[in-house]
Amino acid sequence: MNQYIPVLLMFAAGAGVAVAMLGLSELLGPKLKFREKMEPFECGESQMVSPKRRFSVRFYLVAMMFIIFDIEAVFLFPWAVVFQPLGLFGFAEMMIFIFILTVGLVYVWKKGALEWE
Amino acid sequence: MDTIIAFVKQPLVMEVLITLVKIGFIFGLTIGFFAPMLAWVERKQSAVMQDRVGANRAGVFGITVIGLLHSLADAIKLIFKEDFIPRGAERGLHTLAPALAVIPALVVFAVIPFGGQYTLWGHDVSLVIADLDVGILYVFAISSLATYGVVIAGWSSNNNWSLLGGLRASAQMFSYEVTMGLTIIGLIMYYQSLSLVDIVAKQENFWHWGIVWHFPAFVLFLACAVAENKRVPFDAPEAESELVAGYFTEYSGMKFVMFWTAEFIEMVSISGMCVALFFGGHHIPFLTQDFLLNALGDVFGPNWGGVIVMLIGIGVFITKLVILLVLQMTIRWTMPRFRYDQIMKLGWKMILPLSLCWIFLVGVGILTGVMPTP
Repeated sequence: MNQYIPVLLMFAAGAGVAVAMLGLSELLGPKLKFREKMEPFECGESQMVSPKRRFSVRFYLVAMMFIIFDIEAVFLFPWAVVFQPLGLFGFAEMMIFIFILTVGLVYVWKKGALEWE
Repeated sequence: MDTIIAFVKQPLVMEVLITLVKIGFIFGLTIGFFAPMLAWVERKQSAVMQDRVGANRAGVFGITVIGLLHSLADAIKLIFKEDFIPRGAERGLHTLAPALAVIPALVVFAVIPFGGQYTLWGHDVSLVIADLDVGILYVFAISSLATYGVVIAGWSSNNNWSLLGGLRASAQMFSYEVTMGLTIIGLIMYYQSLSLVDIVAKQENFWHWGIVWHFPAFVLFLACAVAENKRVPFDAPEAESELVAGYFTEYSGMKFVMFWTAEFIEMVSISGMCVALFFGGHHIPFLTQDFLLNALGDVFGPNWGGVIVMLIGIGVFITKLVILLVLQMTIRWTMPRFRYDQIMKLGWKMILPLSLCWIFLVGVGILTGVMPTP
């Protein structure tokens, strides 16, 4: 049996649990709707500004840095598995790679992209 | 009847059935046992640590069983609550988000071994649902899917608190996902495998347990995992005193339960990962599985002896799981919440450079022979 079939079965079972939970509240819960109740919660006020608006650019910066460093991690995983057969040569190669990325991190750090004040 | 037995005895059907039994066991363990128990532990341990009485009201005919019935009362109450979707919300996404949070939490357990390999009545039984070669990558891939549930919940609710919570959660989970991957690279260099079953098998000797040589990696990994799970001290995305309830402000009834159970199940899978990577899985220190199999096989015969060894293995795994869960709960009730800028600073300026240093040190240690590899 393919080793991914159990994973698929697990996904199906997990989705089943999720659908069952969603269905339960749909079936058993009361339904009482009136205008004031359907307002989004805003500490007792009616909503002043819509949440569909611009937000800080920092979140976008974090997403970009995430992609760069996650790709670094993706390179490191297969390297780590074969690290011992590769020996000193592989180690030196990867340290140079990590060093280059560390320079990038230092640059981002000095530019202040990691500041949240 | 005979046709049913003949059908079941086909190898493929048999394997699917065994897999379903294992999935049932894991779901029973996580969503059936640990989720309600952790809800109780959360209340009771906080009460004990804060010198309160706590969690002792829910009872049947005056029998309260030290507050254990609170989880049951919660479940009954929340099932019968109204499913509320606010005006202006994206109805479809609002319903999809809790499912996207809970499914990855449940499915991560597929590659975490909760026991070893046994031969019972001619069948090879391996106590893991799927022994993937890329087990660790699978765990990271699936646990990063949980980010979608949180972000979609925050965005689709048409609520300012939810949006802020969702944004904070997205940036925090991104940051700690990177560092979480980097913290265990050293461990992979040491065990030369991405399969959790392999890694556990290599920890049979106590001196090869991850925790012996990789204690710094364990501390960093646990910090990242708790941050990824958004629990105190990293709970800025759902900070009650700032954001009401963060990304699940507009959720009620079972949808709220789904976010809540997802958090507890993730705690269990974090502990499961730590047990598999650092604490030798189902192995007992200084006691090999072969020794146990021989000793018990002499008394009960090879098959029943195997069953007993299997049950001991599961028991040891669950014991280690519970110890790590208590550790996580203690962290949760000991630490105050970090500010958001402190969380980001810790991730990018502390844990990331430290984990890179740790990779370097492990590399030097293995190449110079200071760190004996299994």
